[in-house]
Amino acid sequence: MAEELKRTPLYAAHQRLGARMVPFGGWEMPVQYSGILAEHHAVRTAVGLFDVSHMGELEFRGPEALAALQRLVTNDVSRLEVGQALYSPMCNDRGTVVDDVLVYRLGPDHYWMVVNAANTEKDFAWVRAQLQDRLGPELEVRNISDQVAQVALQGPLAQEVLQPLTDFPLATLGSFRAVTGARVGPVETLVLSRTGYTGEDGFEIYCRPEDAETLWNLLLGVREPAPVVPCGLGARDTLRFEACLPLYGHELDETVTPLEAGLGAFVKLQKGDFIGREALARQKEAGVTRKLVGLELLDRGGIPRQGYEVVHQGEVVGRVTSGAQSPTLGKVLALAYVPVALSQPGTELAVVIRARPLRAVVVPRPFYRRQTPAKGPAV
Amino acid sequence: MAEMIFPADLKYTREHEWIRVEGNVGTVGITAFAQDQLGDVVFVELPPVGTEVKAGQQFGTVESVKTVSDLFAPVSGKVIEVNTALEKSPELVNQDPYGQGWMIKIELSNPAELDALLDAAAYQAFLKEGH
Repeated sequence: MAEELKRTPLYAAHQRLGARMVPFGGWEMPVQYSGILAEHHAVRTAVGLFDVSHMGELEFRGPEALAALQRLVTNDVSRLEVGQALYSPMCNDRGTVVDDVLVYRLGPDHYWMVVNAANTEKDFAWVRAQLQDRLGPELEVRNISDQVAQVALQGPLAQEVLQPLTDFPLATLGSFRAVTGARVGPVETLVLSRTGYTGEDGFEIYCRPEDAETLWNLLLGVREPAPVVPCGLGARDTLRFEACLPLYGHELDETVTPLEAGLGAFVKLQKGDFIGREALARQKEAGVTRKLVGLELLDRGGIPRQGYEVVHQGEVVGRVTSGAQSPTLGKVLALAYVPVALSQPGTELAVVIRARPLRAVVVPRPFYRRQTPAKGPAV
Repeated sequence: MAEMIFPADLKYTREHEWIRVEGNVGTVGITAFAQDQLGDVVFVELPPVGTEVKAGQQFGTVESVKTVSDLFAPVSGKVIEVNTALEKSPELVNQDPYGQGWMIKIELSNPAELDALLDAAAYQAFLKEGH
């Protein structure tokens, strides 16, 4: 029998809005309200609101929290000041990706690791297993996912929409900066950060589950300078795809390394020992044999989907991890792993759609980069 | 499913295609329910004119942002026209599923096959059963 799907505190709100609900990562989530394309364009040109309460939160507390996180993730957590966040792969000792996470430093000895919904239980078990000798008064790790809801307000107008609702001066909040306890309307938020998963400026707002609906309705009630459009996971996927932000289970899993995925900038081999370091150092030394690339289809004939074959001179050389007709760019695009020798922009390959090889060319990533910087202070 | 329309002059398949028969020619598309389930349609693949199709067999493919779905011929016959407007404007399938969103015209080779299709009332009853 299928496992019971979990519901976020905003489930009833989604139903009232007429959302289409789908199973995602063990959760019953809105995939769309008005339509994926309309929601996508709203975020690129104005502002949209997502329920991302399905994301998991692991809380690290204690004087050993930093050392624990340094061991778990590949990026350098020691450079985080209080009120900063970073993105990082979390690898196993083969150097392949257990999950990709955000790490927030919320206090001197207080961190959150925000993980993918479908991986929450796996990650919590993994983290505890890796740290079992260290857990104690000096290091507490808790899965607080049930005590945290999250909405993401994304788009070039996000700051204009949010500022009238909060005393916190958003213009002082830079990219990957976070503040705790900020008020948004009547809601005391847990964390408010200038982060997101759409390629646009925007905020992720964490709150108590009992406050989620108040926050959601407050933001959706904004009409100026543009109406806030409720957006589902469908638009979240096309938006992150255009920005080439990896999605666990597509670009990332326990068969690929961050170096192959083009995430080398988030692997800090010099920071000291961490899980997967040896394997990643060896791979960096030897060079990767395959790489994640962007592809633009030159022939019409369909949309590349996960698992579709990439061929070169009649031979299968790789597979598509994600693909879409880009709503912003109007092109049919894909991400795929291919041999390094075939990874240079301009290389001609083909993607097989319904038994037909369609011509494709390797193009630079990301497909989409926003023109205007985030509205926060220059870093 | 608030205001979905299922015109009474059409016949329907259990795979959510419709056919409008005029003389010996049937115009085929997908229903309001089908386009709503698919969401934004971004690609429609149709057979070349002249293709012989068989009732119940696949004649094409429709892709939305999220999914791929096969298209099935309601009846047998020869494809005598395809809606080339869908190449540039696949969203017509969403906007006007029974009009500008039509897909192919079939010259019927066995009109008796129409008797096996659902009328509007039977199709709506079929949808209510949860298909």
